[in-house]
Amino acid sequence: MSDLNLLNRVRAFIDTEADMLDFEEYNAWLDLWTDNGVYVVPIDPKETDFANTLNYAYDKAEMRKLRVARLQSGEAVSTQTTEKTVRQLGRFRILAESDTHVEVRCSMYLSECRHGNLKTYPADVTYKLLKADDEFRIDEKVIRLQNSDAYLSSIGYIL
Amino acid sequence: MTDMIDIKPVVADYDSMIKPDKVHSSLYSNPEIYEEELDKIFNNTWVWVGHESEVPDVGSYKTAMIGRHSVIVSRDRKKNLHVLLNRCRHRAATVCEGKKGKTKSFMCPYHGWGYSLDGALRAVPKPEEYEGVFDKSEYPLVSLRFETYQGLIFATFKEDLEPLEDFLGGAKKWIDLFIKQGGGYPLKVLGDHRFRFPGNWKIQLENTTDAYHFPIVHKSFVSSVDDQTAEVFDFLDGEGFVEDLGNGHSVMVMIPELVDLEEDLDAPIPERFQALAEELAAEGHSDLEVRRLVRAVGGSGFNLNLFPNVACSMAFFRTLVPISVNETEIHHVALGGEGAPAAFNQMRIRLHEHFQGPMGFGTPDDAEAWERVQKGSHAGTEEWILLNRGQENLSTSPDGNVAGAVCSETGMRAAYQQWKKMMTA
Repeated sequence: MSDLNLLNRVRAFIDTEADMLDFEEYNAWLDLWTDNGVYVVPIDPKETDFANTLNYAYDKAEMRKLRVARLQSGEAVSTQTTEKTVRQLGRFRILAESDTHVEVRCSMYLSECRHGNLKTYPADVTYKLLKADDEFRIDEKVIRLQNSDAYLSSIGYIL
Repeated sequence: MTDMIDIKPVVADYDSMIKPDKVHSSLYSNPEIYEEELDKIFNNTWVWVGHESEVPDVGSYKTAMIGRHSVIVSRDRKKNLHVLLNRCRHRAATVCEGKKGKTKSFMCPYHGWGYSLDGALRAVPKPEEYEGVFDKSEYPLVSLRFETYQGLIFATFKEDLEPLEDFLGGAKKWIDLFIKQGGGYPLKVLGDHRFRFPGNWKIQLENTTDAYHFPIVHKSFVSSVDDQTAEVFDFLDGEGFVEDLGNGHSVMVMIPELVDLEEDLDAPIPERFQALAEELAAEGHSDLEVRRLVRAVGGSGFNLNLFPNVACSMAFFRTLVPISVNETEIHHVALGGEGAPAAFNQMRIRLHEHFQGPMGFGTPDDAEAWERVQKGSHAGTEEWILLNRGQENLSTSPDGNVAGAVCSETGMRAAYQQWKKMMTA
């Protein structure tokens, strides 16, 4: 039962994060992270050495802040033409748990509507969550898009 | 109305569609013109297929496109390079899938014909059925002519084409300068971003020599960097220039002080690279080496546009792959130094991620503009694309080339004149 309890708490946390991103509550999203947390969208889904590899995104705290500022500034034309994202996360599985961290894998189906065209990005997402009192903080989020090793189109939001 | 042209049959009337100061909009959207471009341009010139560092070892390979043709760049057991058509000699199936890797041979998945790294046909199942029919030596993978310059590999279908170095001509000087950004180490490909946009390939070709868009399209990128860096990127009123290098090639110098990365090594270290300099010094690198690496880390201050499919663009290779008349795939190839300190290559990767690729702070805004160009270009029946900026403000460069201001459309005019020459040949 304790595992199910943990799973439910993790799901609630990740669903809240997804909702924040779909509804563009980016400042609240920034607060979900640890100071040293890393947000990664790798090209090769098998890659594990993200720091020494080219990724689509490799954001530490400063870059996450800049990415949010760019989305909110209205200066980037590509961020103005994606009307809304809708994402659904499921298939949650706890991969590891320690006194301080929980590692979780789940699936994500994200659809975007850009210039009236609907496009879907399925992905496997892994989280390393820091246990912080009764809550969690994101220490690492890795989004492995199903087509990451082929080619993408512009992504004017946060996956 | 003197400019009105009859779209059908267009495919023969390119003289009327390419003026010195403008080109007809149908160049972006007419599928017949597109098909003829693949034949007359991509089948008839030197096309970039890769960099030698992408196939470093025996058995390394990468795939590439030359117009509509899938090719394999491979390194054989004697370390020789080959550019091979990616089709089995039997029934045409591709023998190699994927972007890159290492292999001992290429195997056709359909009937199991096996080819070695140099393309030789090594084995066929049921060989007795071919006895007296053919000898295996008659059916290697088709090998294309290729030549390299400073590690850049170009291939062609045309056996009697001029040597690569003649084709590159005035661009060679700029390639020599570009490769200095290894910071004292051989240039090495570190990966690439691939994305597609719904627009014609020439829209991207133009963009690499278009400084005019930078402060508009890339406002959000400039806002994301420190003031000192923003000042470096504020180059439209500076001393930069665009030079027509011949054969459709051009160079756009945006930051003149970063043309030669081995000069001015005693210049102050920019604020954004201060931490890198300290890290390298702490690792025991000499002051000179630290300065060489830091000066090279942000890339060169120019874009070299090579007709028709590649650019040495500040810090990366940009290559374009025409997919259809209104779709193009772009690869932004990240570069570093082979054997260079990890901190140097890491910084180059992070800088690449910051601007380039589908999630960068720059590329998506470019792609949005290009998509809108394609969409807008369908409006009207006799509209033109203007290429006349700076045409009355030209000079002769020290190398004897036509040159214009950094924001002039000199490079685009150069590319379209080569386009016309090839399409009317």
